[in-house]
Amino acid sequence: MTTATTTNRKVNYKQGSAAGRWIRHHLVLILGLLVLVYTFVPIFVVVLMSFNDPTSRLIYRFDGFTLHNWLNPCEAEGMCGALSTSVQIGLLATLGSTILGTLIAFALVRHDFVGRSSMNLLIFLPMASPEIVMGSSLLALFVAAGRGGQLGFWTILIAHIMFCISFVVVTVRARLAGLDDNLEQAAMDLYATPQQTFWRVTFPLVFPGILGAALLSFSLSFDDFIITNLNAGNTTTFPMFVWGVAQRGVPMQVNVVGTVMFLVSVLIVVGGEVNSRRRSAKLV
Amino acid sequence: MSQVAEQQPTAADAESYDGLRLRNVTKSFAAFTAVDDLDLDVPSGSFIALLGPSGCGKTTTLRMVAGLETPTAGSITLAGQDITYAKPYQRPVNTVFQSYALFPHLDIYENVAFGLRRRKSNEVDASVRDMLELVELTSQARKKPAQLSGGQQQRVALARALINKPEVLLLDEPLGALDLKLRRSMQLEIKRIQTEVGLTFVHVTHDQEEAMTMADTVAVMNAGVIEQMGAPADLYENPQSTFVANFLGQSNLIEGTIRSRAADVVTVDMHGVQVSVPTERCHADSDKGWVGIRPEKVLIGAPGEELDAPGNTIPGGVVTDVSFVGVSTQYLVRMPWGQELAIFQQNTGRHRLFAPGEEVELSWRPEYAFLLDFSQDASAGSQKVDAE
Amino acid sequence: MSETVRKRGSTGYLLLIPGVLWLGLFFVVPLYSLVATSLFDPSGSDTTGYTMTYHWANYSHVISDYWQPLLRSLWYGALATFFCLVLGYVLAYAIAFKAGRWKNLMLVLVIAPFFTSFLVRTLSWKLLLADDGFIVNTLQFVHILGADGRLLATPVAVIAGLTYNFLPFMVLPLYASIDKIDPRLIEASSDLYANPFVGFFKVTWPLSLPGVVSGTLLTFIPAVGDYINAELLGSPNQRMIGSVIQSLFTNANNYPAAAALSVILMALIVVMVLFYVRRAGTEDLL
Repeated sequence: MTTATTTNRKVNYKQGSAAGRWIRHHLVLILGLLVLVYTFVPIFVVVLMSFNDPTSRLIYRFDGFTLHNWLNPCEAEGMCGALSTSVQIGLLATLGSTILGTLIAFALVRHDFVGRSSMNLLIFLPMASPEIVMGSSLLALFVAAGRGGQLGFWTILIAHIMFCISFVVVTVRARLAGLDDNLEQAAMDLYATPQQTFWRVTFPLVFPGILGAALLSFSLSFDDFIITNLNAGNTTTFPMFVWGVAQRGVPMQVNVVGTVMFLVSVLIVVGGEVNSRRRSAKLV
Repeated sequence: MSQVAEQQPTAADAESYDGLRLRNVTKSFAAFTAVDDLDLDVPSGSFIALLGPSGCGKTTTLRMVAGLETPTAGSITLAGQDITYAKPYQRPVNTVFQSYALFPHLDIYENVAFGLRRRKSNEVDASVRDMLELVELTSQARKKPAQLSGGQQQRVALARALINKPEVLLLDEPLGALDLKLRRSMQLEIKRIQTEVGLTFVHVTHDQEEAMTMADTVAVMNAGVIEQMGAPADLYENPQSTFVANFLGQSNLIEGTIRSRAADVVTVDMHGVQVSVPTERCHADSDKGWVGIRPEKVLIGAPGEELDAPGNTIPGGVVTDVSFVGVSTQYLVRMPWGQELAIFQQNTGRHRLFAPGEEVELSWRPEYAFLLDFSQDASAGSQKVDAE
Repeated sequence: MSETVRKRGSTGYLLLIPGVLWLGLFFVVPLYSLVATSLFDPSGSDTTGYTMTYHWANYSHVISDYWQPLLRSLWYGALATFFCLVLGYVLAYAIAFKAGRWKNLMLVLVIAPFFTSFLVRTLSWKLLLADDGFIVNTLQFVHILGADGRLLATPVAVIAGLTYNFLPFMVLPLYASIDKIDPRLIEASSDLYANPFVGFFKVTWPLSLPGVVSGTLLTFIPAVGDYINAELLGSPNQRMIGSVIQSLFTNANNYPAAAALSVILMALIVVMVLFYVRRAGTEDLL
């Protein structure tokens, strides 16, 4: 069959050197790791600069090692206030968006209602709109409603809950849709009332999804600048503080905050990962 | 609850019937009728299997008994009490789910204790320990379901349902996910536990061997109705429809014309050969019918050879295919009228093997044959598409 | 037989109402309000109030004044999306197929840096790309850059910043798509005489298209609207449309013009997204 053609064709089954083969075999992984390293370069700078002892506020470079920034984080004028505003808004926005979004996710997965496709669109659109458009339209609304002079903490909070809801819905919905509904039937079969079924089976199983959504909301809220900046009035959040000092000279304490944020998020994510790995470790 | 009296399925009065009783139960999903006007009596303490291909309505029937579906019409009573519309958590019925549905966030102990805790039992700990012992999982009590093997998970699911001492235990294809060897041992295990605890078991399966091994009564379901119900041997030896004849094992069905009906025997002309079928095995009303015979009941011999089956010798067969499978040899024999019949011959060593193309004669004892209604499809139930 | 049965009745609506009200009041109504503001008479101010005069000329004015930053934003966004796609594909492919037991760890590492403040990270790029910094010095040494060449305040810096900041938006959907591909399909293609390149373009790439489409959208949209990178890493010559809108609102107090620009940006993005999604043939994405 194929012999007729293969005899005419000279096939060169080249082996190459062992090192060459190793590199070819791992090329994609090596490139992937390089991309990963690239994503860490600025983090390295942030950590380094958190120990920087600057000679001048205007020249942004590493001059010498000090622990001063770590020991006196609030020395940077206004930073700790901005940080506390951001944390407060972040916590409240997380609470609000997690509750509202989780309710929507349950309705989408578990209940039948008219207008499902427009509901999906309403969830999708905020994630697909540029922040500048969402921010400016909210500002237009606040001004039209005569609230232009009262921009501040509460208008920021309203905006943050708004753009976090969709992410909560998507995260919780995925978890809920992946839930085997036999489990709830099994609970009912084992004498659990609908309330008991919800609190003893459904909720504990969906909870990791809700927790993930809450963490995501907090980080989105904490990190938002463009929407916040348009609706903040005289209130200053941490990203707005950084934006302000970027023009005038950056206090090194900003990098301390950046480093702490990185460490906390790594701890949370790696902690969750280790936890789930430990759970599945005994499987194999 | 478990004071099981050997009750006959014919118990008359609905009020006094202490088993599970379904009357005129129908379940429709939009245009599709899954269960059609079904009547079923399950005596207390018995082990019944609902057997049928996927989509025949057996699982829907089970789910209606569990309370996970509500019948469109009809009633379900348990020990004389109407439970048709009772919520799943209000009825003394528990289910072993097909995929086990073990709670992944609870350990084995808590999974087994779940039902008792909901009912505020005082003896949770003692009962759970007993139950874990019964299913031999005491050492695994504090593990999560995902850490157990399939067979162990299966036993947890069984323990979790059994511990509640339900009036009826429902098993929904409980062994479907296990490999063949494990399945065999679990079949015997479940059978042993049922005898030990004496509860009523209703078992849904599409595996005929499993149904026959485990249950005292098998109900064969097809297209939403029970085709036939009885002890496994009765069903196998005397099927009443082509579906049962084909679905439960394998049958040769040969077209025949009824010549005479006597008190004890019906004579049928089968393509020019006269065969007789006992009257109690005759399930055909018109003058035509399908003569049925199981492949292992057919004897095969060279032309003129003495076969141990007086009267019904059919000449003129030609072997078209021989499969040697060890315990037996399976032949396909083309008959003069063109049909191929299947024959299983035990490898006792007393017979020589035939080769394809050899001429043979077939024969069987009249008492093994059965006669089915000609209006039924001769191939019904023969395509066993296992959709697990 | 046991697929999820969605419950009917009023509970579903009760669950929806609070969230839908919030999104309606603070997402949908504002969009309406934005369109209305874009048609106000520009002679008003936020202190004296505006009057609705259906002043369509706002649109022609902002287009003639700001077409440059508008086009620039789309161009920078497209370039950054392209670079994200290249880098992100390599990374997502490596994680999905080559990482083995380190898969989850690598995924965590992809996300982790992006929990650190966007602005702080962008500031550290500013440091890295600075005129006397390591990168510029190296590039000058190998004569890629001239002796007085620089990176900061050039389009290169802005596009590099955008690429860096929006990379995870590309990697995660790509990973989700690539991870679903059965590796046996790739083995089958090589068994059927496809070399690795043909195998990639005939099997892996088409199967990962849903991830490519959602990844490019999730990268492109925020990248076009972003102005942090342009402001921190660029010069006024790299000004992007977000920055224009922001300053029209807060510095110039020209609400109608700012709103008109916002509407144009939104409309452009919606049109491009619809066109793109249709071309890519994955309408079920929405």
